[in-house]
Amino acid sequence: MKLSIHSGNIRFAGLGGTGVIKASDIFADVVFRLGYDVKKAEVHGMSQRGGSLSSDVRWGVSVDSPMISEGECDLLVVMEATQVVVTQGCLKSDGILMQPSDIDESKLPSAKALNVAMLGRMSTLLAFPLEAWQAALRTNFPEKLWAANDKAFALGRGEP
Amino acid sequence: MHASQDSQGRLLLSGNEAIALAAKHCGVHLATGYPGTPSSEILDGFQALGGKAQWAPNEKVAAEVALGAAFAKARVMVTMKHVGLNVASDVLFTMTYSGMQGGYVLVVADDPGMASSQNEQDSRRYAEAAVAPMFEPCDSQEAYDLLKVAFETSERWGIPVLYRITTRVCHSKSAVKPVCSPDQMPKDVYNPSIQFERNIAARVMVPGHAKPAHRRLRAKLAEMEAWNNTQGPHRTEMRSANVGIITAGICYHHAREAAPEASTLRLGMTFPLPMALIKAFVAGVKRCVVLEENDPWLATALRAAGLQVESKNDAIFRFGEMSVDRVRRILRNDDSIEPVPPRGKPPELCAGCPHRSSFEVLKELDCIISGDIGCYTLAALPPLSAMDMMIDMGAGIGMGLGLRHVLPEAEARKVVSVIGDSTFLHSGITGLLEAAYNPPPTGHVVVILDNGTTAMTGQQEHPGTGRKLNSDFTNRVSYEALGRAAGFPNVLTINPIRERDVFKDAVQKSLAKNELTLIIAKSPCILAVSHIVAGEKERKVWESNGISGGVKTEGKVL
Repeated sequence: MKLSIHSGNIRFAGLGGTGVIKASDIFADVVFRLGYDVKKAEVHGMSQRGGSLSSDVRWGVSVDSPMISEGECDLLVVMEATQVVVTQGCLKSDGILMQPSDIDESKLPSAKALNVAMLGRMSTLLAFPLEAWQAALRTNFPEKLWAANDKAFALGRGEP
Repeated sequence: MHASQDSQGRLLLSGNEAIALAAKHCGVHLATGYPGTPSSEILDGFQALGGKAQWAPNEKVAAEVALGAAFAKARVMVTMKHVGLNVASDVLFTMTYSGMQGGYVLVVADDPGMASSQNEQDSRRYAEAAVAPMFEPCDSQEAYDLLKVAFETSERWGIPVLYRITTRVCHSKSAVKPVCSPDQMPKDVYNPSIQFERNIAARVMVPGHAKPAHRRLRAKLAEMEAWNNTQGPHRTEMRSANVGIITAGICYHHAREAAPEASTLRLGMTFPLPMALIKAFVAGVKRCVVLEENDPWLATALRAAGLQVESKNDAIFRFGEMSVDRVRRILRNDDSIEPVPPRGKPPELCAGCPHRSSFEVLKELDCIISGDIGCYTLAALPPLSAMDMMIDMGAGIGMGLGLRHVLPEAEARKVVSVIGDSTFLHSGITGLLEAAYNPPPTGHVVVILDNGTTAMTGQQEHPGTGRKLNSDFTNRVSYEALGRAAGFPNVLTINPIRERDVFKDAVQKSLAKNELTLIIAKSPCILAVSHIVAGEKERKVWESNGISGGVKTEGKVL
């Protein structure tokens, strides 16, 4: 199943320190550079000390509120298995859930690269040009991490 | 500033980043403040863009430093969270009388819903109480645009301006089209001649000068209201004549989504209110609803002016932040119980955090722990449950002393005050003086948890780290010397992880004495440890270059 690329609501969720904010930054970058209106919302501070954390990205021709209302999320990307149950209420009835078990974590170049693998998997559902994803990954990470991230991204896409 | 940029020159910025960029493009000479979620990233952003930004020990000092600069015609910006304005309020209430010759914008970040705060106070009340004009941007673009208007307002009337933002404006990202790219400056940038002109009657607020100053202030207020009615940065958008919504800040965007057919009046400058403009809008719609977070400040003001407006049910919607769903409920007068989202995992102290060890020891000794504000407040949560009170910055010392004064001796001996390094320098030093001046009969034990950074808000430097906001080395305060100078006979520095037994023994023995003891539990924040350890090595080189003590040269050595 594919999602519309013209507008959408995606929530990234997990625990503080699991790459939630980084993944949402990269994804927002992808859609922003393609010329869409984008809004992104999250809460900093206390919640970043290992607690539950989520970040919303919304895009389209014009976006109003930066926060996704309950039951209006198209795609929920969860970085930490225990957080599925506390976040899945945000999904539309036909919304898609993506979770760590969707990725063969044993093949990740490092545990920290799970968020990039998730972005790779997202790229198979959202038909943005592959170059847009790659450009966003390049600008959001230092060069020394590029090779590992390419590997994680390909793993998420199901490429050998 | 790392920001996405598209081919049309749009940037994807958080509200905080947008304010930092606006400060640069407004030619701000000096920006200062104290970190506090959700305001903390503004100064770092401004510094990264080449601006002069510095952390102050607390918000009051920051506001005073900025005032001095503004007396010399500089453009200044001060940043803080809502509770920081309580600390800076002493300056605010009188600098509205004195006014200033440069532009003065005080950015205050409220936290409706308390994502990372101890209360949900509403800074709009400060604008009215201190008679300071107030702006409320609704997103990153407006956070960028209105800062210029705020400075021009400040300079035109010679008055400090409050720039109120909220968590969802600070930390949401949205598109910003700046007047020029981040690495450039606008051609018409503010560029006054910085100089001091003596005017004792205007700046020395003794009663003889303050009485006419108060009258001048009220006259300015009337002028600003007239200006705000006709030229204020508001947007009236007429759609359906059936429903109109009056709002400001992030609520505007929730309202647009919840009721796209409704007419809206979005206020950019909310004090003094543009009442004539508001009256005209109310007259143009059948039903008028005021949308605001937390206190019914706006609704109350409109009703006091005789306007028939609806507002949220404060029994329900005064608590927590606004959302699209809540706006829908308010518009259909739905007072049914809101669904409670599933409880997530609470935050906790990091693995390897030195505070864990400190609080485990205090718990083992069955201490009554008078705590303070920082990461270490997480020690109050299970499984540690090792903090008995936390109210405001620096209160840990005062509350501990109060308990010691009145509790029976056996209980009094258990009381320990615990405070973080940055919090101690912010508001704990006066508590130390109180301990020395009015020592309880059983003495007292104060523990400074020195992890070498302002950890909770994102590892900012402070006067105890010996580094400035831009990482340059500078003077470093000695907690030990402060303790001795205040009159504490016992001052110890112990690593609570590596010397856990020594730490426990020291606390136990101190509790048994009728003396004042200051223990500095020193061990670096696990998230900042590489920065702190590397910094110590660089500092030795810096100090060995003959610049130890006294005023140092600017710039990083190495």
